[in-house]
Amino acid sequence: MNTPLRRVGLAMMVMVLLLLANATYVQVIKADDYRKNPLNSRVLLDEYSRERGQLIAADGTPIAGVTKTDDKLEYLRTYTNGPMYAPITGYYSTRYGPAGLERAENDLLNGSDDRLFTRRLASLITGRDPKGGNLQLSVDPRAQQAAWDGLQGLTGSAVALDPSTGAILAMVNSPAYDPSPLASHDVAEQKAAYDQYNTDPGDPMLNRAISSTQPPGSTFKLVVAAAALAEGKNKDTTYTGAPEITLPGTNTGLTNYNSTTCGNGTTATMEQALEKSCNTYFAELAGDLGAEKLRAQAAKFGIDDTDTQIPLTVVGSTLGEMADDAAVYQSGLGQRDVALTPMHNAVVAATIANGGVRMKPRLISKVLDPDLGVIDEIDPEEVTEAMEPEHAAELRDMMIKSENNTGGEGRLSGVQIASKTGTAEHGAEPQKVNPHAWYVAFAPADKPTIAVAVLVEDGGNRGLGATGGKVAAPIGRAIIGAFLGGG
Amino acid sequence: MGSPVPAGEGTPVGRASSTSPGLKAPTRRGTELVMLAFAATLVTGALILVEANQEQELTMQIVYLGLAYLTLFALAHLAVRRWAPYADPAMLPCVALLNGLGLVMIHRLDLAVDDDKATRQVMWTAIALVLFVVALRFLPDHRTLAKYGYTFGLVGLVALVLPGVLPGFIAPPINGAKIWLNFGVFSIQPGEFAKILLMVFFAAFLVSKRDLFTVAGRQILGLDVPRARDLGPLLAAWAVSVSIMVLQRDLGSSLLFFGIVLVLLYVSTERAAWVVLGLVMFAGGAVVAWRLFTHVQTRVSNWIDPFATAQEDGYQIVQSLFGLGTGGIFGAGLGAGRPEIVPEASTDFITAAIGEELGFVGLAALLLIYLIFAMRGLRSALAVRDTFGKLLGGGLAFAVAFQVFIVVGGVTKLIPMTGITAPFLSYGGSSLLANYILVALLLRISAAARTPKTAPKPKVQQPAIADQHTVMVERPK
Repeated sequence: MNTPLRRVGLAMMVMVLLLLANATYVQVIKADDYRKNPLNSRVLLDEYSRERGQLIAADGTPIAGVTKTDDKLEYLRTYTNGPMYAPITGYYSTRYGPAGLERAENDLLNGSDDRLFTRRLASLITGRDPKGGNLQLSVDPRAQQAAWDGLQGLTGSAVALDPSTGAILAMVNSPAYDPSPLASHDVAEQKAAYDQYNTDPGDPMLNRAISSTQPPGSTFKLVVAAAALAEGKNKDTTYTGAPEITLPGTNTGLTNYNSTTCGNGTTATMEQALEKSCNTYFAELAGDLGAEKLRAQAAKFGIDDTDTQIPLTVVGSTLGEMADDAAVYQSGLGQRDVALTPMHNAVVAATIANGGVRMKPRLISKVLDPDLGVIDEIDPEEVTEAMEPEHAAELRDMMIKSENNTGGEGRLSGVQIASKTGTAEHGAEPQKVNPHAWYVAFAPADKPTIAVAVLVEDGGNRGLGATGGKVAAPIGRAIIGAFLGGG
Repeated sequence: MGSPVPAGEGTPVGRASSTSPGLKAPTRRGTELVMLAFAATLVTGALILVEANQEQELTMQIVYLGLAYLTLFALAHLAVRRWAPYADPAMLPCVALLNGLGLVMIHRLDLAVDDDKATRQVMWTAIALVLFVVALRFLPDHRTLAKYGYTFGLVGLVALVLPGVLPGFIAPPINGAKIWLNFGVFSIQPGEFAKILLMVFFAAFLVSKRDLFTVAGRQILGLDVPRARDLGPLLAAWAVSVSIMVLQRDLGSSLLFFGIVLVLLYVSTERAAWVVLGLVMFAGGAVVAWRLFTHVQTRVSNWIDPFATAQEDGYQIVQSLFGLGTGGIFGAGLGAGRPEIVPEASTDFITAAIGEELGFVGLAALLLIYLIFAMRGLRSALAVRDTFGKLLGGGLAFAVAFQVFIVVGGVTKLIPMTGITAPFLSYGGSSLLANYILVALLLRISAAARTPKTAPKPKVQQPAIADQHTVMVERPK
C-alpha cells in the first residue's frame, strides 16, 4: 500500500505547486493589471481615505483642503471659492477621477510621491497615518479676485504673471464651474453636477486660459514689432500710413479700424502705428519681414510650444500656415490663422516686461511636506532670451504710448501701465460676429511686477462695437490695480 | 529516506529502532511544545499588527483572544502528552498556527465590517479542542473504528444527504447551497462530519474487501480494468457526489467527496485503473451537470471570464483577484488591505484575504504549512503497520490537501470556485469541529506508528518504515 500512498503524496505536492504557480501568476505577473483595473476600488479607496494635501494661495489661505467625515472615505475634499480657483485646482472626484492640479500633482497630494518617501518612512515608524504633501501656489488672491469680478457675466479668461519669475498670479475663466459637488462622496451628486456642467452651452469646464486658442488680433502686433526690432528696425521705421491697402495678389482690401489714417496719411512710424494700432502698417511690416522671421520671433515667445506644463498642460498656440503674402499680411495683425491661448499672450507681455527674457509660467512655488515644512522650492526657470534688452525697452515705451492712447475705464492713477489692446474678428462672417476683445499689459512700466492678458470673447456686453480698450482693458487694469494695491 | 550508512557501522537496523533494548524512542513532545510556542508568538505578532494597522488600542479584546488561544493549545498539548505521547510533533503546531491565523484574520475582518465573529470562532475552537481531546482520550486505538465501519457509513450517508432532502425551515438554502441544518441558536453543516464518517467507512470497507478489488479484470490499453461487478462502491460514491451537487448545490463538497473516494480506492487496490475510470466518470458527470444546471454554468463562466460579469456573478472572484493582485508579492500588510470587499471573506475567501494582506509570500507560507501538515499525516500512514490505519491516514491527509486545493484554486481562479471552507482557517463551527476530529485521528494513527512495541520480537519485527534508514547491503561474494 505504500507505493500508492507515496504517489498520493506526490499528487499533494503537485497540487500545492500548481497553487503556488497560479498564485505567482495572479500576485506577481498579473498583479499590476489587477491593481490598476478601474473596477478595483482598493487603490482608490486607499487614496481617498488618506488625508490629501492642501493647495495654498500666495497669502497662505488654503484654496483646497479636506474635512474629516465619518463615512468610508475618511476625508472630503473641500474648495474655498471653488469656481474662482477651479481653473487652477481642477477637481477631485471618485467617479470622474482628478483634474487640474489635483491630477497633475496627484502623487504629491495623495502622499505617494517619492519626495515624501522619508516622511512616509517616518510615519510608518511613528504609526501615524500617512498624509499627502501640500503645495504652495503662486496665485495671488487679490489679482484672482479682481479678474474673477471683472469677468462676471462675460465669457473669457484672464491670466496674470510675475514677469521676472513666471509665477502665475491669477488664472480665471468665465463661465466657471464649482469643483465641490464633483468631490462629493455622494456619487449621484457628482454625476448630477458633472452632467450639468457638460450640457451647459457655456462650457464651464473648458479651461479657456490654457486650453482654448483664439485669434489675438492687434495684441499680436507686439510680436511683429519685436521681430522688426530684431531685424534692426526701430520705433521710427516708416511704412504705409494709408487707411486701406490691398492684400498682395488679391483684390481684397485691408483697412484700419474705423478707416483712420496713421502718421501723416502716407507713412507712419512704428511708434505711431502701435499707438493707434494701425492695421495697414503692421500688415506691410509683416509682409516685409516674411513668414519665417515672424515664425522665429513667435517661437522665441513660446507660441509654438505644445509641451508647456504649468504643471497643467497649455495647448500650443499657432501662427497658422501663412501660405502666401496675403496670409502673412493678415497674420501681421493677429488674424487669419493666428491663434493664441490667453496664457501665451500673457507670456508675450511678461517677456517684454522682463527685458526680453522669457520665464516659464508656473503655478507652484513650493512643495511642502504634510507638516508644511518646505521640501522643494521651485526656482524660476528662464526659457530663452526672446528679445534684446534694449529692444524690449523700446517696445515697452511704445506700449506706454499705446496705453495712454487707449480709452476705456479703470485707468489707474500713479501707476504707469504699458499695454496693447486687440479686437479680433473671428468666425466665417467676421463683420456680423462680435469680435474678441484682448488686453495685454504690464505694470509698473519701469519696473514691472505683473503682466496680464485678458480675453473677453464675443465682444462681452458691448456687442459688435466691442474693442479691446472698452471691454478687456478695464478688467486688466483692475487686476493690476488690485495686485499693486493702487486701485 | 536518510543517507546510506557505511557497511559495518552499527546494526542493519535503524538508529531509532523500537527494538533496540535500552534505547527509548523520543516522544518529541518537547519539540511540539516549542513549535506551539512559536506558533503562538507568530499569531500574537499578527494580532498586534492588525491592531496597529487598524488603529485599535490594546483593548481587553486582544488579551482575551490571545490568552484564550494560548490556553486552548496548551491544554491540547497536555492531552496529547497524556494520551498519545508518541504522536507526530509537527501536526498540532501546524493546526494551531493555521487556526490562530484564521482567528486573527476573522478578527481583522470583524473590525472592518463591525462584527464579532472572532469571539464565536474562539468558542468553536474551544469546543473543537474539547472534541479533539475526547477523541484522543476515548480512542486509544484507531483500529477500533474499523469495527463500526458500516455504522459510520450509514450515519455519514444520512448526515450527508439530510440537508438536501429536509424541508426549508430546518435546512434553509444559504447562498444557493442547501447544506445547513438550522437549530435556531446555531446551525451546523452535517456534510463536514459526514466526510470523515464516510472516510472511515470506506477505509474499513475497502480493507475488508481488499482482495476482491485486486482481482484482475481484463487488460485494456495496459490498464487492469476491474470487473464490472466490482464497480459498485465507485458507482455508489459517484451517485452520492452527484446527489450532493444536484440536491444541495454544493459543488465543492461533491468534488471533495469524490476525490477522496477515488484516492481511497486507488491506495487500497494499488491500481491506477480506478483513478482513470473515476476521472472519466467525473468528467462525464461534470459535462452533464454543466449542460443541465445553471448554477454549474455560472460557476464555469465565472471561471473562464469573471470580468465579463464583474459587477454581477463574477463580482466575488473578480474582487478576490483584485485583492490578491493589490497585495502583490509582500501584501498590503495585516490590517492594511481591504479584504472585506470580497464577499464571504471570512469563510470561503479567507485565503484571498490572507493573500491580499500577507501577499504571495504569506499565501505561499500558508500553503506550505498545509503541505507540511498533510505530508506529516501521509508519513504517519506510511509508517503505521495496519492497512486500515494506512488507508484512513492517507485518506485524511489527502482530504486536507485536496480541500485546500479546491478552495485556494477557486479563489485564485485556477479552477472554478466551488464554495468550500479552508480547513482550520475559515470561520465556521462545523468545519472546525470536523477538522479537529480529523487531526485527532491522524495524531492517533501517527502515535500508533511511532509508539515502540513493548515486547520486542527480534528479526521478525520490522522498524517503522518512516524511521528506517536505507542500508547498503554488501553483495554476497
